[in-house]
Amino acid sequence: MSNWYMLTLVGKDRPGIVATVATALYEAGSNLGETSMLLLGDNFTIMMMVHSDAGEAGLRRVLEPVARSLNLVLHIDAIEARLHQRPVPDVCILVHGADKAGIVAKVTAKAAEAGLNILDLESVVGGTEAHPIYILQIEGVAARGVETIEQALEPLQAEGIKIDVRPIDTLIG
Amino acid sequence: MAVLEILRYPDERLRQVSRPVEQFDAALQARIDDLEETRRAGPGAVGIAAPQVAWFERVVIVDVSGRRKTRNHGHLILVNPEITEWEGFGIGREGCLSVPDYTGNVVRAERVHLQALDREGNPLSFDMEGFEARAVQHELDHLDGLLFLDRLVSRRQDLFQRKNYE
Repeated sequence: MSNWYMLTLVGKDRPGIVATVATALYEAGSNLGETSMLLLGDNFTIMMMVHSDAGEAGLRRVLEPVARSLNLVLHIDAIEARLHQRPVPDVCILVHGADKAGIVAKVTAKAAEAGLNILDLESVVGGTEAHPIYILQIEGVAARGVETIEQALEPLQAEGIKIDVRPIDTLIG
Repeated sequence: MAVLEILRYPDERLRQVSRPVEQFDAALQARIDDLEETRRAGPGAVGIAAPQVAWFERVVIVDVSGRRKTRNHGHLILVNPEITEWEGFGIGREGCLSVPDYTGNVVRAERVHLQALDREGNPLSFDMEGFEARAVQHELDHLDGLLFLDRLVSRRQDLFQRKNYE
C-alpha cells in the first residue's frame, strides 16, 4: 500500500479545529496531501489526504483522542494516492431557483447523460424561511462539449430553475 | 533553434525582475526563436515570457489567434512591453508552464493599452481586450517576478462576477 489515508472528520463547528487536527498530524510525523474543509449548515466537515508510515492503527491512536476532545466523528480509509495529472475543468454550471426537492438530481442526471464529469460541486440554501432559494455551482469536464450540456439542461428552465452553462477558458502562459 | 528548459516554481529565479533589452542584434533574434519554439513545445500555451527559460530580459510572446471567437492581434513578439492603461476587471482561470498541474482564478483588467517594441526595435501599440489582454498581463507579470499564484482569488467567487452585469 502507499501509506495514504482519507481522513474524514465531521461535527459541530468551533474555532481551531483545523489547527488542532493539523498540528496533531504534523507532530505525529504525518504529511498532508489535498484537503477540503467546508461548513455545511452548522456542521464542520473536512476530508484530508494524509500520508503516514504509522499505518491505519497508528493514525487512529493519534486522532481518536483529538476527535473525542473536539466532539467529532472520525473516519479513516486506506487510499491510493500519488502525484497525478489533475483534470482541468472546462465547464461551469450555475443553477439557482426557489428551493424544491430534486434540483440537484435533475441537473446532475441530465448533465451526466450529456457527458459531464463533475470535479467540484457546492450547493447552499439561501433566502428566507418563507422563500428559501437553492444555489448550485458545478465545475467539471464536458466530454461531449459545453453546448451538449447546455442543450441537455435547457428544458429544466421551464420548471423555474435558472441555469447558466459557461465554458471555463483556462489561459496557459 | 532549440526547445529550452522551463524554470518551474519554486525556482527562485522566477522571482527576479528582468532588465530591458538594449541590443537588437542577431543574438536577440536567435533567443526569440528559441523562446517561440519552447512555447510551441508546451501544452497549449498562448504565451511565454523570457524569464521562464532563464533569460532575464523583458521579452514576451503572446498568440491567442488559434482560439475561436477571440479578438486578437495575431502572433506578437513584445520587447520591453509596458501597459499604460487599464480598464474594467474580470475573473478568469489561469495556469502556467512554470506551475504544472494547477489552475486557479485570477482577476485581470478587461482592457489594456500596451506599448512595446518589435524584435527589430520598432515601436508597437495595441488596444487589447478579453483573453488577449489577460495573456499579456500574465506574461508581463513574469518580467517583474510575479506568478499567477501571487494573484489567486477564491475558486468560489464566480457567481458574483457574472458577465451579464456589465
